[in-house]
Parts: sequence; C-alpha cells; structure tokens
Amino acid sequence: MIQNLKQKAYKIRKHTLESLYHAGSGHTGGSLGLADIFAVLYFQEMKHQPDNPKWEERDRLILSIGHVAPVHYATLALAGYFPTEELKTLRKLGSRLQGHPGRDFGLEGLELSAGSLGQGLSVAVGMAIAAKHKKENHKIYAIVGDGELQEGSIWEAAMSAAHYNLDNLTLIIDRNGVQIDGSTEDVMSLEPLGKKWEAFGWNVIDCDGNKIDELLSAFDKSKKEPNKPSVIIAKTKMGKGIKEIEGDYKWHGKTPNKKEFDRFITSLKQ
Amino acid sequence: MNNNNYINRENVSTKIGFGNGIKDAAISNNNVIGLGSDITSSVGMNIFKEAFPDRFYSLGIAEQNAIGIAAGMALSGLIPVFSTYAVFASMRTLDQIRISLCYNNLHVIIGGAHSGISVGPDGATHQALEDISTLRALPNMTIISPCDATQTKIATKLAIEELDGPVYIRFGREPMPDFSDKKQDFSIGKAQRLTEGTDIAIIASGHLVWESLEAAKELKEKGVDTRVINMHTIKPIDKDEIILAAKECNYIITAEEHQITGGLGSAVAEIIVKNHPCKMDFIGMPNTFGESGLARELMDKYGMNAKAIVQKVLKLIE
Repeated sequence: MIQNLKQKAYKIRKHTLESLYHAGSGHTGGSLGLADIFAVLYFQEMKHQPDNPKWEERDRLILSIGHVAPVHYATLALAGYFPTEELKTLRKLGSRLQGHPGRDFGLEGLELSAGSLGQGLSVAVGMAIAAKHKKENHKIYAIVGDGELQEGSIWEAAMSAAHYNLDNLTLIIDRNGVQIDGSTEDVMSLEPLGKKWEAFGWNVIDCDGNKIDELLSAFDKSKKEPNKPSVIIAKTKMGKGIKEIEGDYKWHGKTPNKKEFDRFITSLKQ
Repeated sequence: MNNNNYINRENVSTKIGFGNGIKDAAISNNNVIGLGSDITSSVGMNIFKEAFPDRFYSLGIAEQNAIGIAAGMALSGLIPVFSTYAVFASMRTLDQIRISLCYNNLHVIIGGAHSGISVGPDGATHQALEDISTLRALPNMTIISPCDATQTKIATKLAIEELDGPVYIRFGREPMPDFSDKKQDFSIGKAQRLTEGTDIAIIASGHLVWESLEAAKELKEKGVDTRVINMHTIKPIDKDEIILAAKECNYIITAEEHQITGGLGSAVAEIIVKNHPCKMDFIGMPNTFGESGLARELMDKYGMNAKAIVQKVLKLIE
C-alpha cells in the first residue's frame, strides 16, 4: 500500500509540474510539498466516488490555501474526476482550472471556491456542525497553510470546533515553515504551535507530511480521540521531490521555465 | 391603489418582524438554522431560538467565523440565518461574505440589525450607514430593506423560502410605525407604489417609507401630488418602476437611512442616468458619522424625516 501511495505522489508531482509549466504562473513550492498528503487523502483516507462527485456520503476536503490548487487539480485528475489532459489549461482564459479554485466554472470535485486566507477552516467547521446536526457520518478534512495561521479568523474557527466537540473534523496544517517574506518564525512567529492548538482544545498530532507511513498513522490517531477535533501538524518541505528547490521559499510563487521543467521532471523519483 | 390611507397600527421594531419571519419559515422547513453572535435578543433571533432551541447555534463574538460556518452549513444543505448588528454583519465580515458566500453563491440569510441613524444613543460606532453601499457591489447578493415590522416578517420568510443565493436583510432597533398591509402583495425585487402622484416621486426604503408617506400628506396640502414608492429590494432593483417614475413624474427624490454615497439613491441614479435622466436629489447621511441622541432627534438633525423630505421636494421642483 505504501509503495502504491508513493507512486501516486510521484504522479501527482509530475502532473502538478506539467500544469504549472504550461500555465507560466502559479505556486510551485507549496503544491509539490503537499503531494504526499493529497496522495494519502484521495487514495487511502477519504471516502469518495470520482464518477459520482456529489455522493451525499462522501468525505469533504476544504482546501483553504487556494493557491496550491495545482496539486488538488492534479490529484482530482489522477483520481478520475476529469481527464489529465485538461491540466494543461490551468489559469488560462475559459479554463475550469482557475488560478484559485472556483466552483462556478464547473470542475467536479471542488467543495469550495477559496483562496482568501483564513476562511476555509470556518467553512469546514460549518460542514462538521451540519453533519452532526443531520446525523451524517462522513468526515470533514481541511488543509490550511502555516502562514495562514496568522489570520485571526483561524482562531475563531479553532475555538468553535472545540466548543462543538467536532471529532468529525481533521485539520491538516501544511507546516513548511516558510511564507513569502521568509521564515514563518521571522515574519510572525507561530511556535509553540502544538501547544496553542492543545490549549484551544484540539487533539494534536505531529508528523512528517512528506512520509506516507507517518501520514497514515497520523490519520489513524485522528480517529481515536472522541469529542475533539484533530489537527495534524504536518512538517513538509516546499518544493519536495526536486532536490534543487526543496525548502527554497523563492519557489513559493514561481513556475519552471522549459530548461528547469525538463530537469525537474527527470529529477523526480518514482 | 388607494391614495395615502396608511395608518400606523402601532410602533413596532422591525427586528420583531425578522425574528417572526425566521420562525414562520422554520415551522415548515427543518433545514432552517439560526446562528447567533451573543446578542440574540437584541436582533430578534430569540423568537426563533425559543421556538427551536435545537436548531440554534451560539457562535460567540466572532462574526467572520460565523459567516464561514454559515457557508459550510449551506454547502451541506441547511439554510442558515445569521444576525448581528448591521455594522458587524456587513463590514467586519466583508471578505468572508465576498468569497465564502457570494463567490460560492450560497443561500445564507444575513440579518443586519440596528441599521441606520435611528439606532440612537449608541452613537456612531453602532449606526450602520454604509452596509448597503459595501454589499451592493458584490455579485450574487440580494439586499432587502423592508419598510416596517409586518413587511420584515414577510420578506424574511420569502427570502428563506424563495431565494437561493446570499441575502442581506436590513432592519432597525427603534419601534417605528407598523402600517403595511398584513396581506400585502409582496415580491422580492418588485417595488410597491404606495401613492399615485405625478408631480414628483419619492423612492424610499426602510423607516423612511413611512416618513415619505407623511411628507406626501403635507405636500398634498401644498398642492404637490407625490408618488411614494417603497423600494424594499435594493438589489436587484426594480428598474421598470424607476424608469416609469422618471417618465411620469419628472422629479425623483430618494430617501434612506444610509450614506448618500453608494446606497439606494446611487442605485436609483444609475438607472435614471442611463435610461431617462431627470432632476434628482437625495435624502440620507451626508458623508459624515452619526452621534448619540434619540432616534427622532438624530433623524431630525441629519435630515432623514418627513420634514426634511418636504423641504427637499419643494426646493427641487421650485
């Protein structure tokens, strides 16, 4: 299973790079860093049906950091929501693959149009309260960036999730440690991050977000704590998979040129 | 159509209409959910909460989160109604309303309570005078500013039952004349012509509809035959009724408890300028903040009552 998920992560990275190369603009670093998390979510963890995207019992994923849409699109295509060929239309006029996810454009598999930081967790909390209210058993997942935690509304949402004992909600923090101006700890420090979430009443799980086995066990742990929402603080590397850009925040909002693209694709390990 | 036989049955706060409207809609639809930000009774939501305690969620003083939660609930098939003071409901939450609600086009009802200058003694911080102009710029948004408690109840119920995108309903605090027909013909987006004059048209919303009717009575004595239009829906606006008024009356005055910049008056002017330019003037807040005082005192000081309307009409048609 782990080997299979590694292979999926490789393909997600490859498709992500292809779409970003064709787009000529977009967020490469963060998208690559999340490939392992997306592989585990869509090919192991989440209940979903690509040929029946509106299936009522599906688990929901809210991607609050809309700027990493390319990794989400690559994953959805790989899972069968739409043809991988369409990934080349990313960010182009008339495309269903908007720069930040937009449901209005008809792409199946997107739960929310998002991209203004600090909003997605609240929406996920609303979905989790709704599921409990309607006595439905599906789970809600949300992905936020670590820089995004500087938004005050995140902590409003954190408070409300604990208040309503939302054990059907799992938040994944993409803890890559960098944001556009540099390290998160220089821009506006987040640590001690785990203690903050604990103090807000969450079940806190740390893991390496680029290791499939650690992610699998983190998701397992998230199910074993009743009455509390879970947060997985997933340490990731921006640009993961391509040695020459790993951890380099300059690749936050940049895409590869032809030469770089060829080099990156060859350097990706299957 | 009668000519100004409107009678004030009694003074009632429009928030009572809002609370009753949610309750009425909730009786026949289990999916209607109430969301509160600590001031449940002040916004009329207690009427719903007492009837359906299991369908009310307290979210604390955290309005941005409340809008996101409402979005998540709407995506899950519920119909959330969230209310707090209009200043917070519209402006503290503006980015959440723009992206999570309007861009996603989700059916969430936002109740903007304590709107306008008539909030009174609380002063400028709590007098919402910019909510319409900020929200009017957002695609997919519907904005309703009913004229009294009876109409607020009808509008709230209809907004819940008949619309499918985001809705902002604006209402006040002060008990004001409750005069509209309990069995009135009301549809969202269709203005009500309350009197049939042709010398000038007053296009009003909210509490200033009653003031306009009072002004029309006085103007009649002075020989001015006034058409009073209740423009309860500000977005989408009833374009046909405005163009007809411009053609038949030649003069238009708008009246609202809101900044002149960007509100009902601007919405009417956008239609007039393009379709049938005519002389126009505006009753509303003149680009300044309010202050403490009684509702009636403030409406008088800032020129948002029958007296101010009469003066402005006479000056315009001079």
